[in-house]
Amino acid sequence: MIGLLASLFEGAAVGGMEPRVAVYRVALFIASLLFLVGLRMLTNPETARRGMQMAVVGMVLGVVGTLVHKDIVNYYWIIGGLVVGTVIGIPMGLLIPMTKMPERIALSHAGGGLAVALVGIAEYYGGHVHGRFAMGAISFEVLMGAITFTGSLMAFGKLAEILPGKPMTFGGQNAANFLLLAGALAGMVVLVLHPGLSAVFYALVGVSLLLGVLLVLPIGGADMPVVICLLNSYAGLAASASGLALDNNVLIICGALDGGSGLILAMIMSKAMNRSFANVLFGAFGSDAAAAAGGAGGKTGSVREGTPEDAAELLKIAQNVIIVPGYGMAVAQAQHATRDLASAVQAAGANVKYAIHPVAGRMPGHMNVLLAEANVPYDQLYELDAINEEFERTDVAIVVGANDVVNPAAKTSPGSPIFGMPILNVDKAKAVIVLKRSMKPGFAGIDNDLFILPQTMMVFGDAKATLGKITAAMKGGGH
Amino acid sequence: MTIDHILAGLYVFSLAAFLGYQIISKVPQLLHTPLMAFTNAISGISVVASILIAGRHSEHLLIPILGAIAVASATINVVGGFVITDRMLKMFKKKEAAK
Repeated sequence: MIGLLASLFEGAAVGGMEPRVAVYRVALFIASLLFLVGLRMLTNPETARRGMQMAVVGMVLGVVGTLVHKDIVNYYWIIGGLVVGTVIGIPMGLLIPMTKMPERIALSHAGGGLAVALVGIAEYYGGHVHGRFAMGAISFEVLMGAITFTGSLMAFGKLAEILPGKPMTFGGQNAANFLLLAGALAGMVVLVLHPGLSAVFYALVGVSLLLGVLLVLPIGGADMPVVICLLNSYAGLAASASGLALDNNVLIICGALDGGSGLILAMIMSKAMNRSFANVLFGAFGSDAAAAAGGAGGKTGSVREGTPEDAAELLKIAQNVIIVPGYGMAVAQAQHATRDLASAVQAAGANVKYAIHPVAGRMPGHMNVLLAEANVPYDQLYELDAINEEFERTDVAIVVGANDVVNPAAKTSPGSPIFGMPILNVDKAKAVIVLKRSMKPGFAGIDNDLFILPQTMMVFGDAKATLGKITAAMKGGGH
Repeated sequence: MTIDHILAGLYVFSLAAFLGYQIISKVPQLLHTPLMAFTNAISGISVVASILIAGRHSEHLLIPILGAIAVASATINVVGGFVITDRMLKMFKKKEAAK
């Protein structure tokens, strides 16, 4: 294909362009089209895999097309980078467990940010940046790339529980962040006016790296879906800026797609939490102050505790059952146990559906991936709007490690920090079984009125073990 | 860089952003995690810019080194991203698998 293209463009050299440069450009053009078509096919689970394969072809074409570029005189560093990247990338892709997907996504954003920031730094250092527009674009690229790099490392640290998941705050933090951001923007302006001031450029790199750390540290674990999406979007914008500076359209396009998807997902996530970006980024939600304020709204009441056998009795006579998974299911790695219980309930004659809240888990679609891993067919998975009406007609709702997304306080207590957040109407079900490790409140640090409703039965313990016991009781003791 | 170049770049960005918005809004919640892995993998196309930096003639040794690190980081994303997207997409099944 490349050879054919080369011969096609043989004559183009007369027009001022080297044939090998033409091959490079055409290869990248075709790659862009393949990426777009691939993304379009990703909108449907039936065609998604083929869409991905088209993107792989596009990627190979882009890389091969670039390798023949006439400017390349030394292949050692390139091959070294490609080999190292492949040797690390393949096992990472193959071995990482599905429950660790948020960590892996955060790490990959860090890698993407680093790559783009390094491209910007190398271009500047090598004196390849010409003109004010290119300088502005390179500055923006380095700013976004560096923020994405360190910010994603912090997000990874929090998700992997290397860093505390709780918001880490200090006095004057927001003021410090705004000052740093203002400094970085001022630095960009100075660089556009005086591109030769290399000290300003490297200071910009340093400030951006610091900003990434400081912006993510105060954000708590349950807000990670929004943060991951925003970092995704930053990585994309950095790539687009890089494309603008280097006059490389495929970079602009992929950056725009990446940036756009991150932004859309972040919007969906924050809408599902009824919060603005500003609130997520600077609110330090879930800090002690917010928890104290929210706790006041909670009613008091007694909790009805049940055994796995009690839960099984309820499920044996149920007709319609909805399972509501949450982050607790991921933590307990209970997706297979959940599916086993669902099969047992189905075998007993009930209809089982899963209700997936958009912010259940630590990244968009987290629960869907885990349940898919456990072989749950995706036509049993329902989004919030599609299933919320059905809780009224549901005999038993089983809550597996979800908390804030099923808290009725979001509808009833205006004082609650989660008031206004769309929730799954589990409280409307005739009976509710809540699997939970303890009475410890969820991420928002507020009590959950669902747990003290008369129709609610709490079954305490590790979700995986409890699910196993309920399943065993369903299959065992005959009535 | 001429104003034509700049405008052409901005045209491409605007159209891609618009098209991307239209397409991505249609991706169901079911596929949001694969979507993130996928867009992450394709934005690894920045590897082409890294390759040019790592491979072109340069006076300073630092530049190809930076380029090689960038090639490696981007390649991890591309290769790992595609492998993991494929692993996830393979798992999504419509009908219950026969036991």
